[in-house]
Amino acid sequence: MKSAVIVFPGSNCDRDVAVALARISGSKPAMVWHGDKTIPKVDLIVLPGGFSYGDYLRSGAMAAHSPVMTEVAARAKRGVPVLGICNGFQILTEAGLLPGALMRNAGLHFVCRDVALKVESTESMFTRRYSQGQIVRIPVAHADGNYRADAKTLDRLEGKGLVALRYCGSDGTVSEKDSPNGSARNIAGIFNDKRTVMGLMPHPERVIEPLLGGSDGRPFFEGIAEALAA
Amino acid sequence: MKARVHITLKQGVLDPQGKAIANALHALGFPAVAGVRQGKYLELDLGNADKATAEKDVRTMCERLLANTVIEDYAVEVLT
Repeated sequence: MKSAVIVFPGSNCDRDVAVALARISGSKPAMVWHGDKTIPKVDLIVLPGGFSYGDYLRSGAMAAHSPVMTEVAARAKRGVPVLGICNGFQILTEAGLLPGALMRNAGLHFVCRDVALKVESTESMFTRRYSQGQIVRIPVAHADGNYRADAKTLDRLEGKGLVALRYCGSDGTVSEKDSPNGSARNIAGIFNDKRTVMGLMPHPERVIEPLLGGSDGRPFFEGIAEALAA
Repeated sequence: MKARVHITLKQGVLDPQGKAIANALHALGFPAVAGVRQGKYLELDLGNADKATAEKDVRTMCERLLANTVIEDYAVEVLT
């Protein structure tokens, strides 16, 4: 599997996700600078976490118009898988590759801690190695993770099974108090219609080894590597 | 020519920052403040464009970058 990680000024999880991809897929990703207009021929494009452009204007707003994003959008349209983690999710919504928007956390605080998540759909290359309804523990670290979309869009996402992950309690119950950011319907991650583009606020790349405090993020990359194995 | 752009959260979209500002105002002794909605103000220097073109361009800028119309409304005022 060949992958590319897009590096924006202010990205800070680019190397973490590169390590996760290299260790689990066995192939080192190409690091592509945001000012580049071309991306090597790859099976997966990753928009990493961080604070691209210092979150100027809105998180992800400036990065969504970076030169490289024209090519990311063109590849996504052709069905090349694109994964956006945290700031990458914000960039995908700002670029219109995923619906909705990520607003300031309802509690206003930057939230940096492990959260429990419920896997709502395993019908994707990203979530195929989890089981339906599985509860996983993955950290979040963001100030703008409060997912918003109009009721029609939320109904459509739920109706088509495009909600990938929801914030939940440790017993798997999903209620507002279990959301670290006030997200609509506790949404933590979504797919596009073809399930080839995924955005999520939690950081699976931070929990790929017990030494890092957990390995619940590992199946995420194993699933991708398995699905895209050449 | 200058343009003034106000960007505010749409009605019905929760504004946690506005709420925190209202709470701070209450703490400062202004209990009469029933609510605060905060937003952004941008001033664009547009050179010598004509007014109609300037207004049209600034609206496009709002749609494409300055505002996120999923959650925000914008108002444009062009000053000659």
